[in-house]
Order: sequence, then C-alpha cells, then structure tokens
Amino acid sequence: MRHLMSPLDFTVEELDKLFDLANDIEKNPEKYAHACEGKILATCFYEPSTRTRLSFESAMTRLGGRVIGFSDANSSSAAKGESVSDTIRVISCYADICAMRHPKEGAPMVAASRSLIPVINAGDGGHQHPTQTLTDLLTIRSLHGKLGGYTIGLCGDLKFGRTVHSLINALVRYDDIKFVFISPTELRVPDYVTDMLKEKGIEYEEVIKLEDVIGDLDMLYMTRVQKERFFNEEDYIRLKDFYVLTQEKLSMAKDNMLVLHPLPRVNEISVEVDEDPRAAYFKQAQYGVYVRMALILTLLGLA
Amino acid sequence: MLNVGKIEEGFVLDHIKAGKSMDIYEHLGLDKMDCTVAIIKNARSKVMGKKDILKVECDINTLDLDVLAFIDHNITINVIKNGEIVEKRVLSLPKEVKNVIRCHNPRCITSIEQGLPHIFILADEENEVYRCKYCEEKYAERQ
Ligand SMILES: [Zn+2]
Repeated sequence: MRHLMSPLDFTVEELDKLFDLANDIEKNPEKYAHACEGKILATCFYEPSTRTRLSFESAMTRLGGRVIGFSDANSSSAAKGESVSDTIRVISCYADICAMRHPKEGAPMVAASRSLIPVINAGDGGHQHPTQTLTDLLTIRSLHGKLGGYTIGLCGDLKFGRTVHSLINALVRYDDIKFVFISPTELRVPDYVTDMLKEKGIEYEEVIKLEDVIGDLDMLYMTRVQKERFFNEEDYIRLKDFYVLTQEKLSMAKDNMLVLHPLPRVNEISVEVDEDPRAAYFKQAQYGVYVRMALILTLLGLA
Repeated sequence: MLNVGKIEEGFVLDHIKAGKSMDIYEHLGLDKMDCTVAIIKNARSKVMGKKDILKVECDINTLDLDVLAFIDHNITINVIKNGEIVEKRVLSLPKEVKNVIRCHNPRCITSIEQGLPHIFILADEENEVYRCKYCEEKYAERQ
C-alpha cells in the first residue's frame, strides 16, 4: 500500500503521471465525477487548518466520494489520550483513505506504519506538507508549461518557511533552474539548503531587496514575513516593505512572470495585484484541489 | 595488567574509551543476560593511555554488535571460539539504530506517542549523521 509522507516519495516520472491526471481532471471534470463513488475519505486534523481540510474535502466530494473526520484534537479521541497508532487502526475500519494533519512531526508516518488504508500527510508541524508542494509543482507545470528552465525568486521568510524548503528540494530534481533568494539577513535560507545547491552545482543568488531582482524572474514565490521573527521593532519597520509585492514593483517584472503564494496572505501582496494577469495564487488554490483529486485516485489504485 | 581468565566462546571488546564500558554493558543488554562478563576499567594502553575492555562469554550469534559502531567506532572486537580468536571484526556504522538514543525534538511524535520505538537512520555516512526516522531531526549529542 502506498502513502504520501514527503513530496520526494514520488519519482519525477510518477509525479509527471500524477500531474497529467490532474490536468485531465481540470479539462474533463465530468469524467471523474463518480470515480470515488462508495469511497470514504477521513480527514483527521489534530490541529485546525481550514484551508487544507476544505481542499481535501472538496477534492473527495468532486470525485463523488464522501468525507468523515474531525478538525481539531479537542473534539477527537486524542483529547482522551488515544495514540495515533490506535486512532488509525480504528479509522482504517471506517474509511478507505485518510488525510492526517498533526502538530507533532512524524505523526502521519507513525499512522502509515499501522494503517490498513493509504495515509496522506496533510502537514506535520514544521516538517512536511507534501500536498502544498505538489500544488506548487502542478501550478508551475500547468502555467509555465514545464517544471524546468526558469529563474524562480523565493521571497520572505526563507529560514523558517517549511513550504519554501520543501519546494526547493522538489525543484532541484528538474533541469536548468536558477534560484534567487530574497529575504532579510535574519531570515536567510539555511546553510544546509545552499550547501545542497552548491554540491549539485545549481546556480543561486541571495539578495535583500525584491526590486533589485524582480526584472530577472520568471516566477516569484511570495511568503509571509512575520513580525515576531525579527530581533527588534526597528529592523522590522525598516525591512518589511521590501517584502511586500505592490503594483509598482510588479511593473518592473517580466510580462509573463508568475506570482505564487501558498495562501493565506496577510499583507505581503497588495490587493491591487490580484487583478494583474500575472497573479497566479488563486489559480494555485484551484490546482490544489486538482492535485489532491489526482492523489486520492492514485493512492486508491483508481487512476 | 590485571588478568582475567580466558574465555571459551564469546567476544573481547577492546579499545573502549576509558570509563565507557558500563554504557556499552547496558547498550548490549548484558544486564539482562545470564552470561559471564568481565569489565576491565582503566587498563593501560600504549595508544590510548587508558582504556576499558569488556569480555563476554556467550554464544557468538546472540549479541548484536552493530550498535557499538554508533557508540564508539574505535572499539575493536575479537570473536572467540574454542578459546581462540577466530575473527577480528571491524565495526561499520549501522544503517539504523533502534532504541539506543532518543529523539530530543520536543515537536517530534516520539515525545508523546506511547510505545513507539526511537529509530534513527544513517543519513550521511561520511559525517556520521543520524536523523530521527519520524521528524528527521539530526542527532547531535555524540560523546
Ligand atoms: Zn524525532
């Protein structure tokens, strides 16, 4: 039985198949409207994440399946002290596939090791969030046409951002990608990431200000810069505007640059940017549903 | 040097870092085994100054020595059968260590899930890096 714990669980070829399926779902949704009839997805969310949970529920519902689950630990048996191992054995009797979110790192892996049904890691602490990475990859592939051959800027909190690390690890498997890291010094991408890029001979650049590089980018991946990540108030005030994408900055970018963001955004992308054809973050949310549909079909052996 | 009688079948673990023999005694689970064990502490050593030695009389197939490489890969192992050294075993780092070290990441599932084995995987042989199987946190406290 196959689970999804990390985006690297699938080979590049397997991902291509998954994304082909997702694109076919996008074009012919009616073909898949009953594909999971009679199947049940359990969403076991030990911490709330409304967006991810709804994306999974939408995916299963669009496949004609049904959804059961809980959306925070207080309403589940975990509150009574039940282990993840026991919970998944019980869920295995109730559902055909499970998406698990847990604040503890590695919890979905523990579940997968005891489960009788496929388990999808829907986020485990600061560790992995593979369906977000698959969403990012599908969005890039669908809108750019391929997964290699571009310069991608990653902007914001690159130190603590799990989404960013996971995306970088997934992208280095493709050819001819240049990375541009845009962040305050305090929130630079960790050494183990740049060491890995050096070792693989992948070109990268680190800068402080978005406007210095925005014209070179084919893709810009925005993330949030949280105030509490800064050492002091002055630095935050001095630097915060460097990491806000406005229409003015966007006017310096290429006409076909894509703007991506894992959402939810707070203020790192001005609302005025939403109307720009380069803004791809709401499409990204749509691709998130398609990729989860393709994933459910694949793990259930229905693809 | 203190002399301890020859063993018929078993292991002589030599060049143990002085003072570490009791840790190894525990890691190998010798406290739970019904066999003759000689622990020699602070023996004189030309190379190490002083060292510990552990002699264990037991069936040579009963002990899992892989874990020793993780604890201290300078240890040398002589395998004894019929009173003779039949093999000098070289330690190599185990691919996986189970229940020898604990994951110290407070965000790791091992911190709350009962009865879960603590498993570390050899992630980088050259730099002797082990990572928790569950949270992938690096194991840092090598002594
Ligand atoms: Zn751990």
